[in-house]
Amino acid sequence: MLAVAAKEFLHILRDPRTLAVALVMPLAMVLLYGYAIDMELRALPIAVLDEEGGVRSRQLVEDVQSSGFIQVVERLSSREQIEPGFRHNRFLAALVIPAGHARRLGQGREAPVQVVVDGADGSTAATVGAYLEQAIALHNGRRLPGAGLKPPLRVEPRTWFNPQRVSAHFIVPGLTAVVMIMVCALLTSISIVRERETGTLEQVLTAPVQARELILGKLQPYLLIGALDTAVIFFVGRVVFQVPMNGSWLALAGYSLLYIWVALAMGLLISALVRTQQVAMMIALVVTLLPALLLSGFIFSHASMPLPLQVVGHLIPATWYLRIVRGVMLAGVNAWPREALVLAGMGVAITGLALKRFQKRLDD
Amino acid sequence: MRPTTESGLAVRAHHLSRRFGDFTAVDSLDLDVEAGEIFGFLGANGAGKTTAIRMLCGLLAPSAGEAWVDGLPISTHGEAVKRRIGYMSQRFGLYDDLRVGENLEFYGGIYGLDSAAIKARRGELLERLDLSQALDRPTGSLPLGYKQRLALGVALLHRPPILFLDEPTGGVDPVARRAFWDLIYEVAAEGTTVFVTTHYMDEAEYCGRVSIMVAGRIQALGTPASLKAEHGARDMQDLFLKVVGT
Repeated sequence: MLAVAAKEFLHILRDPRTLAVALVMPLAMVLLYGYAIDMELRALPIAVLDEEGGVRSRQLVEDVQSSGFIQVVERLSSREQIEPGFRHNRFLAALVIPAGHARRLGQGREAPVQVVVDGADGSTAATVGAYLEQAIALHNGRRLPGAGLKPPLRVEPRTWFNPQRVSAHFIVPGLTAVVMIMVCALLTSISIVRERETGTLEQVLTAPVQARELILGKLQPYLLIGALDTAVIFFVGRVVFQVPMNGSWLALAGYSLLYIWVALAMGLLISALVRTQQVAMMIALVVTLLPALLLSGFIFSHASMPLPLQVVGHLIPATWYLRIVRGVMLAGVNAWPREALVLAGMGVAITGLALKRFQKRLDD
Repeated sequence: MRPTTESGLAVRAHHLSRRFGDFTAVDSLDLDVEAGEIFGFLGANGAGKTTAIRMLCGLLAPSAGEAWVDGLPISTHGEAVKRRIGYMSQRFGLYDDLRVGENLEFYGGIYGLDSAAIKARRGELLERLDLSQALDRPTGSLPLGYKQRLALGVALLHRPPILFLDEPTGGVDPVARRAFWDLIYEVAAEGTTVFVTTHYMDEAEYCGRVSIMVAGRIQALGTPASLKAEHGARDMQDLFLKVVGT
């Protein structure tokens, strides 16, 4: 097994393409996605309809703008202007401050403001609405201690641990889950089938080597590469995107190794089943990237999915790792026994299946 | 080298067959190869030579029949058989991205040799195969003749009593072929059974006995001299054409 591991390690070192896939791609993806998704959520355009026109309402508008995530692009003079604005995509939401705002505040009464959100793009709508509510809540705290504009009632659990609403804090941990499963599965997906294609497997199989030795030997060096990758991604997340780390690095490292193992085993299983490298890579991409992106709760929360998709979502490893990473980094919770158990179970099952499916012959 | 003693037969095939769908690649092969022999396994392309060798080496499961290698049935003792054979495929099967020495180290490890034993055996083999100066060269950069010698070295690494060589000298010049056959003779002189396929009829001449396979069946079997006499052939080339043509 050691001989296989050592040999596999040499393969990786000698092959610049594998090294590139292993080290450069995850880095590029995290930077790209991290920035792209981050940029998208800055300077969301809104309109303001200020029927009051006083000092109080101007303060509110200033505070809303000062968050940096919301930009007032238009001043409206009537409610009738909101709908055309939405239709032509000039702004995504309108903040309506009714007349009598300052008077009501002065009397110590509740002074409601209205937030109208363009629901055409559901996820952006939710973001804008949440940003506005948050900005108003901040304004409450700052300007009107003890009094109240109507406080936001809806609190979205997804953003609990990200009070500054910096999307990178939220995106990067999830991105780690997506990128790692894809890269790791890609790396190992070609490792057996490549030997089949080049004819080296034929020679190896005439030697008294156990399937177990081959499979586990192939896993080891990639586990190291995967660990290195994860470390790099977390480093970038910390330094470039300033993702907070509220939990333990050691715990995170342990969970990450578990996750990498599952991803590598998936790749090996694919490699044991197919006959060409191209097919192996295609399958590896399809079964890892899309589900991890769409069904893991990374972009769409499970709560908003139909039941069958929720079920599928819970079958993919990224779902469980995502909870752990977000939990450890953002919430500072280090103990995730159920999630870790699920991942370990997946690792054992998939590795076992790869062993079983790996034919020590050239036929069938 | 350890000569084969049990039963005196290095290879025995009994009704050994292999079908791929409707196509019968090897059709009820019966064959006995004595220990210590250089046995030439001849036949045209597609006659079933490689399929037969792959079954004997445990790379393919037979569809029917049984074979014994060094006295062990391949159907039940596949792993034990693998320790007793060295195999060289017609397609170069070592790692091009590893150095020559690393390929030998890897196979030494697979065969369970410790690192001191690997080093010693590696040096010994490289010297014998005249590859000592290539130790640190990337395997992929070697000329084909060198690669074939290296593949032979890997096949010999664990001192197997039986060597299966599938077209070991395909595509190299006569001088390299001659040098390779000198090595085969050396190995055989130490008691190793050599089971070899070739398309070069001058090489067939070097074998103790040959068989000629046509469409999955053995059509002729014997010493080169007796076969030539039997078929009234001038040389092996003539014999081959006569047997395959009929």
